[in-house]
Amino acid sequence: MTAMRLPQMASSWLLVGAAAALAGLLASLAPAAAETLILSLSTHRVAITSTYTGSSIVVFGAIERDERTVARAAPYDIVITVRGPRRTTIVREKEKVGPLWLNTSQRRFVDLPTYLAVLSSRPIGEIAGGPFLTRYRLGLAMQITAPGMEQIVSEEPFRDALLRLKKEQRLFAEDPRGVTFLTPTIFRAPITLPAVAPTGNYDVEVALFVDGAQLARQTTNFEVVKTGFEQATVTLAHDHAILYGLGVVIMAVVFGWLATVIFRRD
Amino acid sequence: MHIYLPIAEMSVNMFTLLAMGAAVGFISGMFGVGGGFLMTPLLIFLGIPPAIAVATQTAQITASSVTGALGYWRRKALDFKLGGVLVAGGFVGTLLGVWFFNVMSRLGQLEFIIVISYVTLFGIIGSLMLAESLKAIWATRRGVVPRSRRSGEHPWYLGLPWKMRFHRSQLYGSVIPIVTLAMLIGFAGAVLGIGGGFILVPALIYLFRIPAAVVVGTSLFQILFTMMAATLLHAITNQSVDVVLAMLLIIGGVMGAQFGARAGQNLKGESFRLLLAILVLGVGIRFAIDIVVEPQDPFSLVTVGARP
Repeated sequence: MTAMRLPQMASSWLLVGAAAALAGLLASLAPAAAETLILSLSTHRVAITSTYTGSSIVVFGAIERDERTVARAAPYDIVITVRGPRRTTIVREKEKVGPLWLNTSQRRFVDLPTYLAVLSSRPIGEIAGGPFLTRYRLGLAMQITAPGMEQIVSEEPFRDALLRLKKEQRLFAEDPRGVTFLTPTIFRAPITLPAVAPTGNYDVEVALFVDGAQLARQTTNFEVVKTGFEQATVTLAHDHAILYGLGVVIMAVVFGWLATVIFRRD
Repeated sequence: MHIYLPIAEMSVNMFTLLAMGAAVGFISGMFGVGGGFLMTPLLIFLGIPPAIAVATQTAQITASSVTGALGYWRRKALDFKLGGVLVAGGFVGTLLGVWFFNVMSRLGQLEFIIVISYVTLFGIIGSLMLAESLKAIWATRRGVVPRSRRSGEHPWYLGLPWKMRFHRSQLYGSVIPIVTLAMLIGFAGAVLGIGGGFILVPALIYLFRIPAAVVVGTSLFQILFTMMAATLLHAITNQSVDVVLAMLLIIGGVMGAQFGARAGQNLKGESFRLLLAILVLGVGIRFAIDIVVEPQDPFSLVTVGARP
């Protein structure tokens, strides 16, 4: 199709020139397609080894502009959302039943990212106004709320508890100054992973804003994997459970026997 | 120095675990018990998921009871016949225990069951032990000679059918109560991550009047085999045995037990039982506090779903 069109376009250079001028004009009117984001992660693979105590990954990004891109009156804003592998999380609430405190009610958060981090160059509320937070699903609270569920009040204590407890475990993080601009168009942001962050795929979504409007959105990802001995142990324990169990029993017996040999007192 | 536990999927301080293993090993060496009843709760309080704490602890008890049982075997203070009957009952109990453990785990009630069991079992056993040892101390103070076993005096449960003679243990009676006891211990052991020596030893002494000389060795023999079975069954059915955690606990425990055994030699019988009773009761009370006192945070999180 392109091949067929080429001669036609060649014969109408004037028209193309006019179109280009029009496109430039349109670009200044509709800025949504003007900038592009280029992303790079310091690593795409976090390996869990025996001394693993968590990790840190750095997102580097550049905002690409070309000569037709209009000058912006306001500075660029970046919002980075990192989502870990999805699992179901149950929030339980204890209540007094007679003399005991027991788990009485619970809410299930199905397919909730086990890890969530929202990093931005400014507090999210300043980057985009209320309706845009919902529209672009920005911020931690938006990530754990299914669309249309924002108004349900009975869910609120459980949502709050989920946010609070996950933040305590450092599995949820919100850093309104987590994105640093090195130049007006180049930024970096460190993502910290605690040791309890589960293995699996992590999506990194970067959104570019100016004056509360989203200009570009780009995603990349990394994975957290067990390696070497740790991976071998898990594989053995799950796929060859009998062998693994026997191995642990034999190890225990040998250690117990060794103790009698080493510390024999008679 | 931190070390990553591949099955528990968390990073823990290696020296904390070694020190805990040594401390519990010291106590277990001193009292001649496995120490599971202290170690499993400590692991849970440390933040290790209860399922992993219980399953892994069975491996540690296996190691410590190998050491213990070998020592008693060398001194010929072990009744293999009685031990064999106890093991048979223990196996059935362990099998039921692991099954119950997995069902409760699937229903999401495992943590609650573990806590409730610790409170009730340890509360009852600890109180009984405390009362008994206080009575014994009181009696020695007043110079009363403890009543010794009279021939011809038999509790009713030894008169049940299927009688067997155990020469080393000076016991002739029905195996039904013995097997039942072993089954209960095996069941509790698999669910709670305890060897059950602190229940089995006094039960054999008070309920079956077995001489103290063979009772600890025989109970260690039973614990060794039931805990081997429990480790294997936990590993096969719920994959919760963490080999790295087990190794750290075993190494710490082996070291501690050697010093504990020496310290235990200078301890008098009554004060020995009093201390053990206080420890058992203490663990029960510690768990009771968790469910009686208003929690700092009424909310808690559980993540479910298959691991990749």
